Amino acid sequence: MSETTTHLTKEPAVAPDREPILSVRGLVKHFPLTQGILFRKQIGAVKAVDGVNFDLYRGETLGIVGESGCGKSTVARLLMNLETVTAGQVLYKGEDITKLSGKALKVVRRNIQMVFQDPYTSLNPRMTVGDIIGEPYEIHPEVAPKGDRRKAVEDLLDVVGLNPEYINRYPHQFSGGQRQRIGIARGLALRPEIIVADEPVSALDVSVQAQVVNLMGRLQDEFNLSYMFIAHDLSIVRHISDRVGVMYLGKIVEIGNDDEIYEHPTHPYTQALLSAVPVPDPDARDRRERIILVGDVPSPANPPSGCRFRTRCWKAQERCTLEEPLLAVPAVFRGLDSPAAHDSACHFAEEKQVVPTEE
Amino acid sequence: MTSLITQVEQDPPDPQGVLLDVRNLHVEFRTRDGVAKAVNGVDYTVSAGETLAVLGESGSGKSVTAQAIMGILDSPPGFVTQGEIVFQGQDLLTMGKEDRRRVRGERMAMIFQDALSSLNPVLSVGEQLGEMFTVHRGMSRKDAKVKAIELMERVRIPAAKQRVGDFPHQFSGGMRQRIMIAMAMALEPDLIIADEPTTALDVTVQAQVMELLAELQRELHMGLILITHDLGVVADVADKIAVMYAGRIVETSPVHEIYRKPAHPYTKGLLRSIPRLDQKGQELYAIKGLPPNLLHIPAGCAFNPRCPMAQDICRTDVPPLYEVSETRASACHFWTETIGE
Repeated sequence: MSETTTHLTKEPAVAPDREPILSVRGLVKHFPLTQGILFRKQIGAVKAVDGVNFDLYRGETLGIVGESGCGKSTVARLLMNLETVTAGQVLYKGEDITKLSGKALKVVRRNIQMVFQDPYTSLNPRMTVGDIIGEPYEIHPEVAPKGDRRKAVEDLLDVVGLNPEYINRYPHQFSGGQRQRIGIARGLALRPEIIVADEPVSALDVSVQAQVVNLMGRLQDEFNLSYMFIAHDLSIVRHISDRVGVMYLGKIVEIGNDDEIYEHPTHPYTQALLSAVPVPDPDARDRRERIILVGDVPSPANPPSGCRFRTRCWKAQERCTLEEPLLAVPAVFRGLDSPAAHDSACHFAEEKQVVPTEE
Repeated sequence: MTSLITQVEQDPPDPQGVLLDVRNLHVEFRTRDGVAKAVNGVDYTVSAGETLAVLGESGSGKSVTAQAIMGILDSPPGFVTQGEIVFQGQDLLTMGKEDRRRVRGERMAMIFQDALSSLNPVLSVGEQLGEMFTVHRGMSRKDAKVKAIELMERVRIPAAKQRVGDFPHQFSGGMRQRIMIAMAMALEPDLIIADEPTTALDVTVQAQVMELLAELQRELHMGLILITHDLGVVADVADKIAVMYAGRIVETSPVHEIYRKPAHPYTKGLLRSIPRLDQKGQELYAIKGLPPNLLHIPAGCAFNPRCPMAQDICRTDVPPLYEVSETRASACHFWTETIGE
């Protein structure tokens, strides 16, 4: 096998003086729980997203990881303005898009596009590939005037590695990986600046997954895209992300760059999550320390007081019940020039290496 | 095509230990569009207390083989056309229906991927667990309920006594999978087939479930066939691996050797194409192309259109399973080159 793996030219860690292209401040989404048929009354709320802050910079990939139900997909939908926020702001170049509607929203939406998880259900089976990829131009005719559309779609097919002659085929004639390429081509059609990808490779076979991940990397370099990459697979997220945020029950519990999160995690949840990921190396079986969490994630309708992770945490003390830890550099690491000094929402943060290092 | 497939003896010397011996199994699906050859001459063995991981992508035939072993193949359209499935010395394929039914559930059991759709939504979990004992052991419903609670405790479901009357939807995904495991364990079978048992679960829950499964297996000294596409899970629990591609086993090996030195280009490609938790972002190696359509499996080696090493012989001759060492085999004409690189 002569093809050798080459180093991706990754952008150096984010320069602090750069303006974020997307800023999320105090994002909250509560879904009401109602009772009664005739007279609906609200009896509570599922706190799907409960105070999330982060920045996304131009050309970078921010990975969001977490288990099912942690609110990561809701964050994606809020960024797209597909759900109305309960509170908080989504600032696109300084402008709060949650307040926009009509024409102004349409303009912003052009620049933020989404790639969905399941390429089997997110493509209309009755439309040809050309119609699917070209549909965004119906809404934003300024991007490609009518006469140019066919050419534009063919170019997009070429960019994502599909034969432009397939323009008149239907989705069922393609494999899963090819369908995801169609989904990506549709996301690229309007030449957006930001792509929000919600589990884009989870439904694909391993050998095809690598093709799609590589394609996304290549497109990012080519079009200077910013990615919000949402996934539950920590290995893929490490592979593709510059920075990673770990979510638990509607909050980000730890955020930092690749090295900070994977080599120097300080939040117990991140450590447990990383230690649970199976590593494809049978020799690591005995070298690894496994943190097996007890129980399941509590219901987001009734999250624990204080720190939300405390019910499953082996370090939990009384303070964790009373006082909610804030997402900031923990006091013990403050001012240190160490990768452990990054935002982590834990009263008892400490470094623990859980990813087995290669010998 | 089948004449070229040689039987490889890869078993521990003790024939007493061999629990299941699948020999030259062929399964095809007769569909409207033609005959899909899902399994084309599979051989593997599992011994008591051993974990065999069957690794493959969708359409590789890994689940169909398991369904044929369990005798739950949808037929029609699926048919076993050739081969033997010898379980504890008896060929399951020539056995009568009644006898086979007795083997299934009692001596071999299966755990499915999606617990929610494998459990009956209108029966409480207690009734479903208890059914194992009323049907196979002729117990009264009252005794069966006691047994059901015991089982739930055994797979560590908290407050088993209170929850025995709950329905599947009232449990979380991890808990439901525990109930599936409890059901499979109920009659203490000798062989368990787990088809992607943790694929639908979150990593922290996956770790809990795999640990439980491994522990029960040790305790009961069962054979375990773990069907998965996850190379990480395999590395964690398997003793030996069979890699499947287009209905054939392309490589078999003890777990440590295969990760260090794969002897088939497909295995090698798979290992190189997965992103790793312990490695930073480099461009992933991607196996080019797509898995073959089972209606039109390529001539010669089925992997040849995607293989970086393919030569003329690969396009014409089906490679037999060459013996690589006493415990390893590879269906590649160029296994020496592959392993040597």
